[in-house]
Amino acid sequence: MVQTEAPSRVAELIEPTRVHSRLYYDRTIFDEEMRKIWHRTWVYIGHESEVPNPNDYVTKSIGPTPVLLVRDRQGEIRLLLNKCPHRGNQLCAYKQGNRATFTCPYHSWTFANTGELMGYALPDGYEGVSKAGVSLGKVARIGIYRGFVFGSMAEEGPTLMEHLGGAKAALDQLCDNSPTGEIELTAGFLQHRTKANWKFMLENETDGYHPGFVHSSIFQVTKSGIANLYGKDSTALTRDYGNGHTEFDLRPEWRRLDTPLKWFGTSEERLPEYTAAMKAAYGDERARQIMIDGSPHTMIFPNLFIAEIQIFVLQPVAVDETIQHVTAVQFKGAPDINRRLRQQTMGSVGPAGLLLADDTEMYERNHRGALIHDPEWLVLSRGLHRERTDENGFRVAHSTDEVPQRGIWRHYLSLMQE
Amino acid sequence: MDPMLAEKPVDLAALSPVDLHHRVAQFLYHEARLQDTHAYDAWEQLWEDDAIYWVPANGHDTDPERQMSILYDSRSRIKVRVEQLKTGRRHTQTPRSELARLISNIEVAAVEGAEVSVRANVLIYEDNLRGETIWAARNDYRLRLVEGAFRLVRKKVGLVNNARPVFTLSFLV
Ligand code: FES
Ligand SMILES: [Fe+2]
Repeated sequence: MVQTEAPSRVAELIEPTRVHSRLYYDRTIFDEEMRKIWHRTWVYIGHESEVPNPNDYVTKSIGPTPVLLVRDRQGEIRLLLNKCPHRGNQLCAYKQGNRATFTCPYHSWTFANTGELMGYALPDGYEGVSKAGVSLGKVARIGIYRGFVFGSMAEEGPTLMEHLGGAKAALDQLCDNSPTGEIELTAGFLQHRTKANWKFMLENETDGYHPGFVHSSIFQVTKSGIANLYGKDSTALTRDYGNGHTEFDLRPEWRRLDTPLKWFGTSEERLPEYTAAMKAAYGDERARQIMIDGSPHTMIFPNLFIAEIQIFVLQPVAVDETIQHVTAVQFKGAPDINRRLRQQTMGSVGPAGLLLADDTEMYERNHRGALIHDPEWLVLSRGLHRERTDENGFRVAHSTDEVPQRGIWRHYLSLMQE
Repeated sequence: MDPMLAEKPVDLAALSPVDLHHRVAQFLYHEARLQDTHAYDAWEQLWEDDAIYWVPANGHDTDPERQMSILYDSRSRIKVRVEQLKTGRRHTQTPRSELARLISNIEVAAVEGAEVSVRANVLIYEDNLRGETIWAARNDYRLRLVEGAFRLVRKKVGLVNNARPVFTLSFLV
């Protein structure tokens, strides 16, 4: 097959059960995704706990664009673009800090951390020029749910709640695992550089077909029973929440085993403080159910992956390069579980992770494979015959089925066609 | 046993600085060769039971008990890591990275009883399916003399760019 670089309509590259390799390597499609997805839909930016105090800021991103997540003097969350409106200089060169104002190093214009211009340097040169209306660029809309801060570059569009839809339940399930109902992301992020298109990660996060193979080495060495969750007899489900959000739902398996904290490979006896705090917060029965169900495994389109005990943030920086940012979830008010959450996270994810280094190897091989033109089409038909809808009307199927991937592309197509 | 390690000092304090430096350097070169050649078992056996193997992220003075690190292994996790590599299904090391590392700027920082603290710079060339990668690090070691041979108690690999995104790091660093 000869590769054609003539403009192609994305619609011609996506069918219900197969997608064209070109979607992963074509730069013009990547640019179109930036406009139609990343600069328009709700994108996860960061968590309120990363800027706990007034004047705290941390550098986040929307795709390749850096975004300053700021808590201003009044305590309000702001999303500012890191570009001086004078001559476009990069304003802040640091990853995080605490400051009420930002001064551009080029000609020393100074901005409040609300984004507004406070003053010109050598103001005599701007006689009669008003400062009003001169400000840093801003992410047009901010939406916050249970501490998770999302931004949309589009002035108008669905609300964050409309965007999250059914996947809102995953954020609730995650936070409910904390005795205070709050999580914190305070352990810092690992940044895993990956030579692959971002959609390989988006699709893999809820792919239940691969773990038994890609991760068989670590399952074997740690004698882990986890492999069974990805086997033929697993009762776990793959789910398509719509709007591109997908899930690998392990609750049927944990409920079958009916043992609190089994999901986290531990027990009530080994985490007495956490268990007591949960029972005090929710009552015995509800606490028990939460601790049986565990934390979700949900990919919120396009970039927030809740991986039970980790938060991943996907950042596409080029058509063939993505940064996976990842940190351990910390449950506020639960000291004895948090160290274990960090230890397991450090062992399994990031550049040296016993799990994620192998996933990432696959992403990079996926990408190199996409560049080979025959066959052009990639197959997403697994489990089509056993797809069904759950009690909430969402598509589900067997844990190894490609319901999530089909759902992702359905939503992707709708955004790219608008 | 490596011939260079066959001479057995009994007391670190009794060694001349030149002699101590020489023995430390020989040990670091030995470890480097085991890593470069993927001699997993021999490398694992260098570690003491109270070992800490640490590759920090986001700076060099972070608290690994509070902050994420790229790698923060106890002795038992070092063993798991090596066992995984030996399955032949650690995909990121199948095929294995081709490696050569240079160790330089070796300084003996302190001697305490049977233990010596060492600093060294390391430059690692890696070639794998993705391509070529250069890793640079300022390392800290704590070595313990046990029955005449050095063993690893603590190794901190301070990647100079650890505050930035880094590629998969799945060989023994
Ligand atoms: S570019 Fe920032 S003050 Fe001139
Ligand atoms: Fe995986």
